[in-house]
Amino acid sequence: MKDTTQIGQPVIEARDLDLTFQTGDGPVLALKDVNLTINKGDFVSFIGPSGCGKTTFLRCIAALEHPTAGTLTVNGLTPDDARMRRAYGYVFQAAGLYPWRTIAGNVKLPLEIMGFSRAEQEERVRKVLELVELAGFGGKFPWQLSGGMQQRASIARALAFDADILLMDEPFGALDEIVRDRLNEEVLKLWARTGKTIGFVTHSIPEAVYLSTKIVVMSPRPGRITDVIDSPLPRERPLDIRDSRAFIEIAHRVREGLRAGHHDD
Amino acid sequence: MMTDRALPVLTVLLAIFALWYAAAVWMNAKWVYDQASRAGTTVTLAEVIPQTMAQPRPLLPPPHQVATELWKGVAAQAVTSKRSLVYHGYVTFRGTMMGFALGIALGVGLAMAIVRFRVMELSVMPWAIISQTIPIVALAPMILTVSNQMGIDNREVPKAIISAYLSFFPVLVSMVKGLRSPDQMQLDLLSTYGASQGQTFWKLRLPASMPYFFASLKVAIAAALVGTIIGELPTGAIEGLGARMLIGSQFGEPLIMWAALFAAAILAGGLIVIVGLIERMARARMGAPA
Repeated sequence: MKDTTQIGQPVIEARDLDLTFQTGDGPVLALKDVNLTINKGDFVSFIGPSGCGKTTFLRCIAALEHPTAGTLTVNGLTPDDARMRRAYGYVFQAAGLYPWRTIAGNVKLPLEIMGFSRAEQEERVRKVLELVELAGFGGKFPWQLSGGMQQRASIARALAFDADILLMDEPFGALDEIVRDRLNEEVLKLWARTGKTIGFVTHSIPEAVYLSTKIVVMSPRPGRITDVIDSPLPRERPLDIRDSRAFIEIAHRVREGLRAGHHDD
Repeated sequence: MMTDRALPVLTVLLAIFALWYAAAVWMNAKWVYDQASRAGTTVTLAEVIPQTMAQPRPLLPPPHQVATELWKGVAAQAVTSKRSLVYHGYVTFRGTMMGFALGIALGVGLAMAIVRFRVMELSVMPWAIISQTIPIVALAPMILTVSNQMGIDNREVPKAIISAYLSFFPVLVSMVKGLRSPDQMQLDLLSTYGASQGQTFWKLRLPASMPYFFASLKVAIAAALVGTIIGELPTGAIEGLGARMLIGSQFGEPLIMWAALFAAAILAGGLIVIVGLIERMARARMGAPA
């Protein structure tokens, strides 16, 4: 599954991106002058207070929102075209599994829509459920699983059709700290095994620093990037790396960046 | 669980029977007193009560008289006899099923169109609501006459139309709500897969609407039965529980009317139980916790 040949090639490029929402109270600048390059195999976290546009930017990449100015390319294509070529899997904050489908049935959903053959569907479901350590749970219904397991199933669903890019919008925001730590470790393992490019929205500083090779700090009104930090941490990351000096220094820089962009108005 | 429910249900049932008997004594006593004064005799209360229980044409037949008449209508006739409640019940049942099926098709079809096309919501929904404000008893004879004018001699068709007219509405309202029940996140998810409108409908909207659908079926089946009975009421109808009720009332045979009424109630109860069973089976198939 792992494809290391093109590591370091840019896969997502945003140039002078603006996005203005027209609301009842007038236009809202959700994104302003966003410039960012994400390379293949990067693990990029977007961090910032609510309203800073981190989710909006992720949604732009996934063609769920459309920028009002600037250019955004995914694998050299427009986000809409990239979607048609199954460039990315998307994981939302809530697992959003269909209660009327089993776990295997849920993971199969994108495969059915994309028209994979029955045999291939079965094979892929088996593989990704193994990957997220849910082998043997395929026949269960979502309500029979814990919240953490449901979110792992939704990650499996996003991985099933082998997209190069995994976009995750606060996937563990609704889970408790202990489960969250475990899932963070598993996401790192998954990333190492598959070599995917990951975009990850969070508002937890330790989560962002622990996971990322690149941390994008954003601030609101208008939503913009205030700092981009290339992490010096090695790709191999045991949990106790969080007590290391380098980790604490990056966390400090992120906190400074957040404070600089924050004004209570 | 059954025993938990049995006590309150039985209590209410007993109270109803007690009230019913009391009312029967009170309403039928007048006839006994009239008979006595005509004969120039007087009767004591102890003599009146037994006589209120077995009149041939009581104002309000007591439960055991209704039960006897019901038993006679169900078991004491050949099921093909025009006096058999099984026969009339079957006629009504058939009409109800046709109206119910038509109502479901109409309700689901309109709901699909409304959810898909905004213009349909603006144009169809107000009329659907207005349609339910017209008293069906006023409309039923018109539907019968019009379909007769159009050369449809078969009474089944207008009956099914009247029945569907009442039963499509709860299905329509529930299905519009059900088909719109998936939240934005679930729609976004499908959109990241590049799913078509049709796939979104079949894979998400339709299964998500099922709980709403089954809830509406219980209302719709009862409405379909009422519609069918109303369709059997206007003069000219000779078959069905509605016709039986009308005959009972027109020929001064309250027992026939009451027996037909209870046959209709039993039919309604049975139909609702069947819909409930189908719902349970569907829920189990769709993985709902038992």
